[in-house]
Amino acid sequence: MKHGISAMLLGTALAFGAAGAAVAQDKNIKIGVLTDNSGLYADLGGPGSTVAAQMAIEDSGLAAKGWKLDLISADHQNKPDIGSTIARQWIDVEKVDIFMDVLNSGVALAVNNIVKEKNSILIDTGAATSDLTNTQCSPNTVHWVYDTYMLANSTGQALVKAGGDTWYFLTADYAFGHALERDTAAVVVKSGGKVIGNVKHPLNTADFSSFLLQAQASKAKIIGMANAGGDTTNTIKQAAEFGVVSGGQKLAGLLLFITDVHALGLKVAQGLNFTETFYWDMNDGTRAFSKRFSERMKNKAMPSMVQAGVYSGLLHYFKALEAMGGNPHDGAKVVAKMKEMPTDDALFGKGTIRADGRKLHPAYLFEVKKPEESKGPWDYYKLIGTTPGEQAFRPLSESACPLVKK
Amino acid sequence: MQALYAQLLVGLINGSFYALLSLGLAVIFGMLNIINFAHGALYMMGAFVAYFLLNIGGINYWWALLLAPIIVGIFGMILERTMLQWLTGLDHLYGLLLTFGIALIVQGVFQNYFGSSGLPYAIPDQLKGGMNLGFMFLPVYRGWVVVFSLVVCLATWFLIEKTQLGAYLRAATENPTLVRAFGINVPRMITLTYGLGVGLAALAGVLSAPINQVRPLMGADLIIVVFAVVVIGGMGSIMGSIITGFALGVIEGLTKYFYPEASNTVVFVLMVLVLLVKPTGLTGRAA
Repeated sequence: MKHGISAMLLGTALAFGAAGAAVAQDKNIKIGVLTDNSGLYADLGGPGSTVAAQMAIEDSGLAAKGWKLDLISADHQNKPDIGSTIARQWIDVEKVDIFMDVLNSGVALAVNNIVKEKNSILIDTGAATSDLTNTQCSPNTVHWVYDTYMLANSTGQALVKAGGDTWYFLTADYAFGHALERDTAAVVVKSGGKVIGNVKHPLNTADFSSFLLQAQASKAKIIGMANAGGDTTNTIKQAAEFGVVSGGQKLAGLLLFITDVHALGLKVAQGLNFTETFYWDMNDGTRAFSKRFSERMKNKAMPSMVQAGVYSGLLHYFKALEAMGGNPHDGAKVVAKMKEMPTDDALFGKGTIRADGRKLHPAYLFEVKKPEESKGPWDYYKLIGTTPGEQAFRPLSESACPLVKK
Repeated sequence: MQALYAQLLVGLINGSFYALLSLGLAVIFGMLNIINFAHGALYMMGAFVAYFLLNIGGINYWWALLLAPIIVGIFGMILERTMLQWLTGLDHLYGLLLTFGIALIVQGVFQNYFGSSGLPYAIPDQLKGGMNLGFMFLPVYRGWVVVFSLVVCLATWFLIEKTQLGAYLRAATENPTLVRAFGINVPRMITLTYGLGVGLAALAGVLSAPINQVRPLMGADLIIVVFAVVVIGGMGSIMGSIITGFALGVIEGLTKYFYPEASNTVVFVLMVLVLLVKPTGLTGRAA
């Protein structure tokens, strides 16, 4: 019996020693891709985001250096309550270190709070709301790809300058739509335009004819679509049917993804102006990545900027961990390190992460090609303007983020 | 006031889809006693078949209107023969669970191969353009949808309520054993009825393809509303489901004008009210 106890004590001591050593150079990373895997945003994030994360893991070469990387993914169904439940379970039970994608602003804001409370990490590449780096900013969150302020600034300004000085908004009725409308309306007014009305439609609406008739009756020069994914494609398609564009009004896609343009077809989508921060056909680096990505997708789709962001964001996270020599499992500490290091990858080029968590890179104003200009599938965009990262996003002087020292 | 006319008309267009779909559900429930949760998936298949016919076979919209319901209808009949028929006499829940499972599988397969944003399907040339009605610009295609679905709905009603074949059908639902004794092949008739209901769903799918994107989830988004329509109209009532379908389309359209935020809940609010006052639905009989 006495032997038994001492053996047990010895065992415990050994276990403690082993655990201590593991803390010193813990090389385990668990990545969670939380996205819409089955709904209206599944093509722009969804399974493609998991593919992008897998590619980042492979390309980082960390496994060969003795790191152990795990990747899990879940469907938040665009519901903040489901997203929150998964987030808590991932942190508490699955010991997930970092959340990727997290599209849908409603879900993102909920997960943002949990990640902060539990000192985890969120690199959000899918949600649009600029609140993530403004009033709701957190030392644990980096907002990677785009936000409503940037979209409003780039597309809104360009359209007002081109003569579109009266606006009517068609807005998705949740956090994202509200933020996008608010930010765009501010830009329109600032550039000398006028907002003459709006209508809020429920998320995931199939029929937009009622809303389009209201927009048509407003006689506004520009109908701003503050919605995304399937909602935007349905709006554009039905606007063509109701003669909105041929009646002299112009549709402004405030947030459009390449997957939406693909779904619409060039015949319907041609001539639309909108802003993105990534397009597969920008340079050799983006083309090489996109080709590899597309080969791994069931429907051979090119990556959206959200999916490209997952790849680019994870690579930067890996670099920060490598520089730290191990994973401290301390979200705020890792994010601080990520902010210290300049970002550089083939997809978004050189950039930085600001104190408020905003990742800076150039924003591109695109126009959708006419069918006869397109050389083949997925050849959809013409670049018509570039805004440097420092000017594209909300300046720190306007920031309400407490992390920004003034 | 002009805006109101426009909204009424737009509501009627959406109502056509509700009517076509809820009619199919009512036929299937009335004759087979199955709550067909796969209806949305079959509607989606109708749209996809039209897409394939056009893009692979080069077969145009008009033929798709005929062929897609037949193809999907045959698929439905195979489902009925291989799976649903074994549920005769069991609790409704079994049918509901089975068809719900089928819907999930079908949707999952389509989503796996075609993504969620969907595929484009152009309006046929003959129905392009629109006319100015003074109070609104009415796309010709939308007008066509209302007229065509109204005709199909009334034809179905006539078939079931006014013809010899319809009389057999209704008799077979009441007392299958007795009808069999008259030498009528009841199981075959049930299979054909399911095929008819499914065909109606597929037809609605083809009609909606040029308006909406051809998306794997197009049915899942719609089917819940359609179930509410059937419940309001009274389960199994043919005329009830047609009238309720159109009426609810109009009510939803008006909500989109007066209080757009509530436009996707108004149908369910109505459903609750109707169930409180008349649990069998507006035109339903007590079981």
